[in-house]
Amino acid sequence: MELYAILKIVWAAVLGVLFIGLGTMVGMDMGVGTLLRFVGRNDGERRTALNIIGPHWDGNQVWFILGGGAIFAAFPTLYGTSFSAFYVVMITLLFSMILRPVAFEYRSKADSTLWRAGWDWVFLVSGFVPMFIYGAAFGNVLEGVGYHFGWTGQYYQDESFLSYLLNPFAILCGLMSVGLSVYQGGAMLMLRADDPIWSRARRYAMGGGLVAATLFVIGGIWVRFMPGFVMTAPVNPAMPANPLHGQSVAMVAGGWMHNFHAHPALWLLPLAGVGCMLAGVAMLAAGRAVAGWWLGLGAWAGTITTVGCAMFPFLMPSSTAPDQSLTVWNSTASEYGLGCMLVVAGIFVPIILSYTSWCYYVMRGKVHTADVVNDTHSY
Amino acid sequence: MEFINPDVVDLSRFQFALTALYHFMFVPLTLGLTFMLAAMETVYVVTGRQIYKDMAQFWGKLFGINFAIGVATGITMEFEFGTNWSMYSHFFGDMFGTPLAIEGLMAFFMESTFVGLMFFGWDRLSRQAHLAITYLVALGSNLSALWILIANAGMNMPEGAHFDPETMRMQFESFVDLVFNPDAQAKFVHTSVAGYVSAAMFVMGISAFYLLRGQHRQFAARSFRMAALFGIISTVAVITLGDVLGRLDYEKQPTKIAAIEGLWHTSNPPFEPWIVAALPDDARQENHYEIGVPLVLTPLITHTFDQPITGMHELEDEAGPRIRSGIDAVAALRRYGVTHSSTDLAQFTAHEQDMGYGLLATRHAPGQDVTAIPADRIDDVVKATQPDILPNVFVTFWSFRLMVFLSLWFFALFAISAYLSLKRRLERSRLLLKLCMWSIPLPILATEFGWITAEAGRQPWTVFGWLPTFLSASSHGVSYMVFSLVGFVLLYSVFIAAELYLMFKFARLGPDHDSMEPHAPATPRASAFDMRPMAS
Repeated sequence: MELYAILKIVWAAVLGVLFIGLGTMVGMDMGVGTLLRFVGRNDGERRTALNIIGPHWDGNQVWFILGGGAIFAAFPTLYGTSFSAFYVVMITLLFSMILRPVAFEYRSKADSTLWRAGWDWVFLVSGFVPMFIYGAAFGNVLEGVGYHFGWTGQYYQDESFLSYLLNPFAILCGLMSVGLSVYQGGAMLMLRADDPIWSRARRYAMGGGLVAATLFVIGGIWVRFMPGFVMTAPVNPAMPANPLHGQSVAMVAGGWMHNFHAHPALWLLPLAGVGCMLAGVAMLAAGRAVAGWWLGLGAWAGTITTVGCAMFPFLMPSSTAPDQSLTVWNSTASEYGLGCMLVVAGIFVPIILSYTSWCYYVMRGKVHTADVVNDTHSY
Repeated sequence: MEFINPDVVDLSRFQFALTALYHFMFVPLTLGLTFMLAAMETVYVVTGRQIYKDMAQFWGKLFGINFAIGVATGITMEFEFGTNWSMYSHFFGDMFGTPLAIEGLMAFFMESTFVGLMFFGWDRLSRQAHLAITYLVALGSNLSALWILIANAGMNMPEGAHFDPETMRMQFESFVDLVFNPDAQAKFVHTSVAGYVSAAMFVMGISAFYLLRGQHRQFAARSFRMAALFGIISTVAVITLGDVLGRLDYEKQPTKIAAIEGLWHTSNPPFEPWIVAALPDDARQENHYEIGVPLVLTPLITHTFDQPITGMHELEDEAGPRIRSGIDAVAALRRYGVTHSSTDLAQFTAHEQDMGYGLLATRHAPGQDVTAIPADRIDDVVKATQPDILPNVFVTFWSFRLMVFLSLWFFALFAISAYLSLKRRLERSRLLLKLCMWSIPLPILATEFGWITAEAGRQPWTVFGWLPTFLSASSHGVSYMVFSLVGFVLLYSVFIAAELYLMFKFARLGPDHDSMEPHAPATPRASAFDMRPMAS
């Protein structure tokens, strides 16, 4: 296989890893945000919950930024097309997301009850909405998106945004994502908090895990009957990255099952996903938060790889111009660009992982309400 | 062929400018304050004197209030390339995305991860380890600026990429050319030291406020002196690098430099005056009420006494043949996309360097289609397109001048402040202290004018010489743009209100409030409040 084709596949895999990291780390923080008003019944408890992720949320959020940055660098055409095609949804995601850094920094810096209660609502919105949209986006992409390209490469939308918002399958995927995020946030709260936050977090996290597992199974059955996309002619994986020509694609009911039929070993991925969710719920029930947290990572890994393998090589299929569907082959950066970025990522990702782990190590241990409210540096 | 709605392009530009200018109110302070915090903490670690720790913690709190909005509004910037500039992202993303992703990997991750430890790690880390963390945050935020400005330099002086007719976009070809783009290097230093000026003025102004009221005198006098010295060095660096940038624009962006100087006709070295003030009239293409200083312009821009600077009328004339050739390039490119024949490719290659100028004719071509202009209309289209190569002269001219005038003001203010502060005659100079206080927002204003000069002066291009702004925007409807604009205005207004409220609150409270021991017993009032159940 040509080097360019290999690089394309490697970057599709890197993208998957980023999506898993994003779901786990950002999902955890957003889960805490969603749960904030429910696990904390008074100001001291809420501040405890916030300060558990306080030292880490900003670093975690970079997974989101990096997810976007990696799509931009490695799949520029996908970046421009997907962010524009989902404009209303993306802007809503952005609005809800950018409230969060401000909420963290500002909430506890003024004493008024109204001020703090207001920011607590902001945490709910800025935790729930982005994770919902994150999941729903996968749902929308699985169903295909209405767009086509003009001869210059400019994209044109063929479908109203309402069909993305009011779309039952996307809503199911969105709720599943919220379920996993509540699960991960709850597990983190259990790791770092004592009762009463601990037991409330446990209850919500178990609920989140069960909801996610149920919706994952229902979603899987749904996908089995949904129209999927398949290549109807051989493609040159090393083709120049240009969506205008080079592919012939058809929509076929159950099309997303083709890769699973061809490679039955892939069935291990969804099984692992659901297995992690159920085992995680059992671990949290037994009070084992550390194991529960890592199983949450496994659940995201199982989910994202299942979707990725079902769709491969499609990234964002077009329902109105299927031949112009964006795939791993036609929407990547140049060979030189992909190679450069791979070298940079190879250098920095290990560094990032090591200092991030060190930060968690430094801030390890339980967070106590009494310390939080007396510490002038805390949130 | 779908039509481009000029209103959507204008609204997209307006939204991007609004959100970028807003983001850039917070970034300069972050860039500079991190290094000032590191300097204060260094003195604390070396001397062990508590007052320097108080300084680092107090200014660190104000830094945090500013930092949060910087982070939040930065996310907007990344999103907008995708949400509003899809054609740009497609056309230039191969090259432009790389520095942005590296920014995330190398800089933003580091800054964001360690900023948590910087705030939360005071009691968990040794002094040296905490100091190292503070330096890493400073390094992270400044490296972040480096990669962003490398990306920006790619738009202004695209080096390290070439247009590829197979993929119909710019292909990234040289990492070295991307990183060592002279524009990027000069812009990075110019912009980051402009941030240091903002931070120095911020610390100096608030310290002046305490000195005027006779509060926290020790603390304020030390902070003031540190800021004044930091400020004078930074201002000198800003002006020096500004000069380098001017010289670069002269070489690579002649339209920008001509607009900055309001130069409608090619200069007459060495006598050409530098215009101090005028009213440039874009419609009539001339200046009204010009006031100039003779002999200054030529050495200022070219660093020689005999090189002419091309004027805007002459640049328009030079563009005519390029537009004509570019129209041929675009037509050949479109044919090649269908036929893939070597004849069409050869025709395209012959005119390739002018392709951008051909695309520029899009808005004047019948039906916005450059590839189907009737032979008898080509002259009209070329003629109509010629003035389009110029940026808005009034905006570019004045934003540049306001930036320059402000930087001269900072130079004077920092120089006098540093002198009086070192002579310990500060507290008697009440007028100076008041001027320092009222000058707090001015460096931020100056950096905004700098940004407008650079980016308004880049027009009509998003990728200079290759992709017109008019073609770069996403093909949205007006209603989408109204939705997002209304949201941004509402959200950003709330942010700025909350930010100013907290900034004033904590600046007024002063350092005493903050230097209270972390584990001191809480006052009864505070704990009663904290344990009160909240309505949910």
